[in-house]
Amino acid sequence: MTWRMRVFIFLLVGVAMLSVPEPAIAMEGTPVSDDQVNEVARDMYCPVCENVPLDVCPTAACAQWRKLIHEKLSAGWTEGQIKEFFAEQYGWNVLALPPRTGLNWLIYVLPPSIVIGGVILVTFLLRTGRKASILFSEGFPMPENSTELRDKIKEDLDKR
Amino acid sequence: MIATIGVGVLVIALVISVMALATAIYGVRSKSGATLASARLSALVVFPLISLVVLALVILLLTNHFEYVYVFQHIDLAMPVYLRIAALWGGQEGSLLFWCWLLSGFTFAALVRKWNTDRDLQPWVIAVTSFTLVFFLFLVVFFENPFHRYFISYEGEVIKSLFTPIYAIQAQPQDGLGLNPLLRHIGMVVHPPALYIGFVGFVIPFAYAISALIQGRTDSAWVKATRKWSLFAWLFLSIGLVLGSRWAYDVLGWGGYWGWDPVEISAFMPWLTGTAYLHSMLMQEKRGVFKRLNITLIILTFCLVIFGTFLTRSGMLSSVHAFSQSVIGPSFFVFICLTFLLSLGLLLYRWNILSTEFQVQSFFSRESLFLFNNLLFIAIFLICLTGILFPIFSELMTGQKVTVGPPFYESATGPLFGLLLLLMGIVPLSAWGASSSKSLGREIWKPALISLVFPLVAFVTGAGKPLAILALWLTSLPVCITLYDYSKSVAVSTLLHKESRLKALFHLTSSNRHRYGGYIVHLGVALMGFGIIGIEFLQSQTQATLKQGESVDIAGYSLTYQNLDVNDTGDGREEARASLKVSHNDRAVGWVFPRRDYYYASEQTVTIPGLRSTPVEDLYVILVDWLPITSEGATFKVFVNPLVVWLWVGPLVLVTGTLVALWPSRKKGTSLVIRTEEGK
Repeated sequence: MTWRMRVFIFLLVGVAMLSVPEPAIAMEGTPVSDDQVNEVARDMYCPVCENVPLDVCPTAACAQWRKLIHEKLSAGWTEGQIKEFFAEQYGWNVLALPPRTGLNWLIYVLPPSIVIGGVILVTFLLRTGRKASILFSEGFPMPENSTELRDKIKEDLDKR
Repeated sequence: MIATIGVGVLVIALVISVMALATAIYGVRSKSGATLASARLSALVVFPLISLVVLALVILLLTNHFEYVYVFQHIDLAMPVYLRIAALWGGQEGSLLFWCWLLSGFTFAALVRKWNTDRDLQPWVIAVTSFTLVFFLFLVVFFENPFHRYFISYEGEVIKSLFTPIYAIQAQPQDGLGLNPLLRHIGMVVHPPALYIGFVGFVIPFAYAISALIQGRTDSAWVKATRKWSLFAWLFLSIGLVLGSRWAYDVLGWGGYWGWDPVEISAFMPWLTGTAYLHSMLMQEKRGVFKRLNITLIILTFCLVIFGTFLTRSGMLSSVHAFSQSVIGPSFFVFICLTFLLSLGLLLYRWNILSTEFQVQSFFSRESLFLFNNLLFIAIFLICLTGILFPIFSELMTGQKVTVGPPFYESATGPLFGLLLLLMGIVPLSAWGASSSKSLGREIWKPALISLVFPLVAFVTGAGKPLAILALWLTSLPVCITLYDYSKSVAVSTLLHKESRLKALFHLTSSNRHRYGGYIVHLGVALMGFGIIGIEFLQSQTQATLKQGESVDIAGYSLTYQNLDVNDTGDGREEARASLKVSHNDRAVGWVFPRRDYYYASEQTVTIPGLRSTPVEDLYVILVDWLPITSEGATFKVFVNPLVVWLWVGPLVLVTGTLVALWPSRKKGTSLVIRTEEGK
């Protein structure tokens, strides 16, 4: 494997690692603004109208949830604690990303695996193709009537 | 009367489709020209028949026949004509009928135009399209029939039935429920049809691919025959996705254009594999390579189209897009499995004869880079598929529901889209066959240097985080390379033909429409990339509760809340409209009027943002909540979305590029002249 290929694969693995989603960052309890509430709510989902982020959900239930987030933040709870609280109350489906437990690890592992697997497959295919091409150029016997072949090729090239 | 005709013709269309399928297969087996001609005629006749059925339903929608369940559930007296027509695809039954109509129409077009040129491929094309049409017509006739009516039984119960039950009278509702308020938008007229045209359009290349597989064809005739179909389908799928994004931006009111909603993703996945297929198809035409990959991609694309249709109608997904849960889910599941397994089986059966003489001269050759390009598209598709299926898988295995939201998709696919942009820039400059990193580097170093201007400006002005600056560079690179290569070619053409640059540009583009159409499409995609970077990386947002006269500041803007008007509009809704005066850098620039509409009948609220757009950024204001006009005030969410207008300009360039690539060539067809011994 040439050094260029090593560098290329290293870069691709690095990109694949970037594909792993990052965990949420905790917030400190401080005087709370609407923006801070939305920062937490953005990564949570309405349990009633599924797949609608909590920070934009227009229902009365979601407004109450945001109010609850406001209270928790005012009481000094971190973002992580608030999300854990809601997940315990209403289930994991209120979080934008499932917690890293049990089967949920699959969702964190699969994307980089797909990328790395694809890179390996394509590299293998290209290297196999390259070997075939080297074999072809090195050992293939020329036809007997090579002048006729050369003239035919020239004729084809002239036609283009 | 109209409905009776509709139901009757629908059943006849189903029977004739079955006939087309059976006679096509029998005709091929028995090599009977007459049977094949009969199959073709049957397939052609289905289109006008389904057109009659669609016309019948549209007439019912326009003439307030609320005794029909579909009409009652999707229109009301207050709805304008354009929305009544759009209601045709607004519900489950109507959209399935619309699907059938499009498929029969495209089959008609394929058979009418191409019958003489692709005679040997046509019989199996008829069989595959008819098989698909039979499935969808079966669903419409037996499960989701749009001609059910309301009746009142002897006991006073309301019954839904196609035909008049015994001892029941027809109900006569005076008004309907109307469309879901979220669907009452001009987007409803264009977004679903564009998507459906894109979806259904891919059935034709799929049918040709299966036809080639069945016959053991290893040439590229089927690819050439369906090139324009594939581009056409891809174009409408792209338009449909963009229109949906714009609609979300206008109506859903969350300051974004794409929510990684499962239904959005299920429409995005065939776009990903379809785009990979378009690129790969080019390779097969030019170099006779990637035959297996092409067939795999078109099979995947077709199956994903059906899969997406299944997801939205099975009740497996909850989404703003999803139709209500329906009994047709299991039927769809069986159809997808059958189609996928049969297609895969055929591909494996023909695997060996589809091998190509692909020889890699260099990892930087165009062939290799195309392969990496397709790897990225397929990887993004697999990641999206994982995200959609994981919640269902998790619930099945553990009983626990989970959500896989935007953070997953953005972090998993973001880097891959970045690499795609990089390849989009460098692949057009790579050479077929042998190419080294040095030769490629020689071609791209100048435009790559120019492209550094954009991120440099962003860095110096402190406009963004490092990731945003990198993304800006990756987006500006293909723009610079494409424009550089284009201008070099124009300069050479100007010198050679001694003509003006504009004429040279025109002649160059029309002499190689595929290549330069592709360049223009890439430019369009890059422009969209700028818009996406702006909204994803550079967006500012804030929320504030303002009393009248109070202001909120964000990103150089100052918005002063003036007043809130709450009025009954007289068309079934109450409108609450806030007025905010806008200043930018202490200079008054205008007003924005965010709204919340409350629909009485459905008890639903729709948020319409107040929007001020410039080429540099959008000011986007949502009325989050309000209290009765007192000293308490109203709550607003304010977004500043830099560069987002390019997300809407880019598609116009993309469409232009695709049309250039689709435009028929002026080259006349060659004719074969046979000379006899006498020289005649």
